[in-house]
Amino acid sequence: MKRFIHALADGSVIARRNVIKIGRVPEVLVFVLISPIMFVLLFAYVFGGSIDIPGGSYREFLIGGIFAQTVVFGATFTGAGIADDIHKGIINRFRSLPMSQSAVLVGRTASDVIYNVLSLLIMALSGFVVGWRFHEGLLNAALGFGLLLLFAYAFSWIMGYIGLLVPSVEVINNAAFMVIFPLTFIANTFVPAENLPTVLRVFAEWNPVSAVTQAARDLFGNLPAGIPEPTVWPLRNAVLYTLIWVVLIIAVFAPLAVRRYQTAAKRG
Amino acid sequence: MANAIEAYGLVKKYGKVTALAGLDLAAAEGTVLGVLGPNGAGKTTAVSILTTLIEPDAGEATIAGIDLRKDPHGVRSRIGLSGQAVAVDEQLTGFENLDMIGRLYRLGRTRSRERATELLERFDLTEAAGRTIKTYSGGMRRRLDLAGALIAEPPVLFLDEPTAGLDPRSRNDLWTVIRELVGRGTTLLLTTQYLEEADQLANDIVVIDHGREIAHGTSRQLKRMIGGERIEVAVISHEDTPKVQRILAAHASGEIQHDPATNTLVAPIAGGAEILTQVLRALDAEGVMVEDIGLRRPTLDDVFLAITGRHAEEAPVATGEAVAAGGTA
Ligand SMILES: Nc1ncnc2c1ncn2[C@@H]1O[C@H](COP(=O)(O)OP(=O)(O)O)[C@@H](O)[C@H]1O
Ligand SMILES: [Mg+2]
Repeated sequence: MKRFIHALADGSVIARRNVIKIGRVPEVLVFVLISPIMFVLLFAYVFGGSIDIPGGSYREFLIGGIFAQTVVFGATFTGAGIADDIHKGIINRFRSLPMSQSAVLVGRTASDVIYNVLSLLIMALSGFVVGWRFHEGLLNAALGFGLLLLFAYAFSWIMGYIGLLVPSVEVINNAAFMVIFPLTFIANTFVPAENLPTVLRVFAEWNPVSAVTQAARDLFGNLPAGIPEPTVWPLRNAVLYTLIWVVLIIAVFAPLAVRRYQTAAKRG
Repeated sequence: MANAIEAYGLVKKYGKVTALAGLDLAAAEGTVLGVLGPNGAGKTTAVSILTTLIEPDAGEATIAGIDLRKDPHGVRSRIGLSGQAVAVDEQLTGFENLDMIGRLYRLGRTRSRERATELLERFDLTEAAGRTIKTYSGGMRRRLDLAGALIAEPPVLFLDEPTAGLDPRSRNDLWTVIRELVGRGTTLLLTTQYLEEADQLANDIVVIDHGREIAHGTSRQLKRMIGGERIEVAVISHEDTPKVQRILAAHASGEIQHDPATNTLVAPIAGGAEILTQVLRALDAEGVMVEDIGLRRPTLDDVFLAITGRHAEEAPVATGEAVAAGGTA
């Protein structure tokens, strides 16, 4: 219990420091916020008009996928942030202090939620501009956003672990692309999973990114009537399936990352 | 007196490189232990092990009576570290950096701020307290990093090449601060490539090379081994060399060395400027033309020559900060 409280207390000191730093380099924030706007507009206008979805709007269907893809990509910040702490050497300071051994990771994953909150906000606003709406009430919409954030938070731990393994911002970005691209494309992000060829379809159906997307669409009321109900368990129980993955990812990657943290140091 | 730092048989290997090959270190409470060695000798590795950053392959250590392996957290709460590479956050201000470190030492909000303000004042950084570290000079960063190590007033302090890359004035300032600290009973392990620095600050000096001790003693004991100041003469004409050799021999306190490549002679002497004047007069009387002549204090290289009969492999450079691109240990 004491360890947990220390992790939270020290984690909040680290998170505060990270937040201060976000304000000091506003350029980063600008890029973080511009690319989601770009995504929403590009997809809405390039694909949104060209793909027909029976009984609904492809544009509305698409937005949930873009939300999911963007927040999953947001996890890259966690890896890059950790890598930066190692590269700049401040990790050596932290590791020589009598602070909680999980605080740097707890603080980093927490402060990175801010990026995702902001990018969701921006995407929702630009979504509104291009005609996206939620139809199941404010509470359900909030739950949808909450689920997206929770899933992204879990993903942060994976990227945080990778950041400790390969502390180079460039490598992190490339590694992130290699993991996140297939994960977000072989999913229902852009087309319903049923439309994919068999092998990809099975992957997509069990892919947690599909589940979180499905759950969000459901909570936003963005599933067109013309699309057949999913038949596989993960997509029929998308919220539960997403939560299982969240717990699983954190249960596996948080201990791995904390262990790895205890050997991380800058050479100098 | 109890030893605040005690280490036995520290071994650390990186693949084929043996960074530490069974190093023992000991510092009595309230004293300064100087660890002197050229680049790559294993100084940073030793400091990293003793500050819990890396684990040794073999060996034992206690810091302030606490076993390093059994209770690393306990060790961390009793030490301060200012590493070879400055470890402060570039994008935070001086005050924010210190306050953050104080909070992480669990000083509490009020105490942490108090200490940050005190230390900024003491290190002459009050004016820069609200500026981000990006705008700091090398000397200011060093001072702030040291302040970070001191914020919780830890009983044991580790400083890894604290003056590397500093200009002479900043170096002297830092020396003053370090002396003050030790005057208050802090135990200090200090690494350096400069014999002069170890001489100025340390009670006890361990000279290391390739991860092992090659000499150990007080500054006075080491000096007895290597002699004091030297006269160095670069002679223009080789014909004059024997004459210079003879003149120097009359004043030298030990063996004279000759480097034929630069035609430079080096003679250890017992006095200082006085002897230099006498040598100059003698050279003048014999009509010898010299390219350069001067007094030189013994360096780490001279220690190596005296102890091992060879030069230190990597001559210490003025800016000894060789920082490898980020990598996990
Ligand atoms: N992380 C590492 N990986 C590989 N070799 C290392 C690492 N750290 C140190 N070394 C090697 O160990 C030796 C001792 O290094 P170090 O302790 O940094 O020496 P010093 O601080 O005295 O300059 C050097 O040969 C160095 O190259
Ligand atoms: Mg070093």
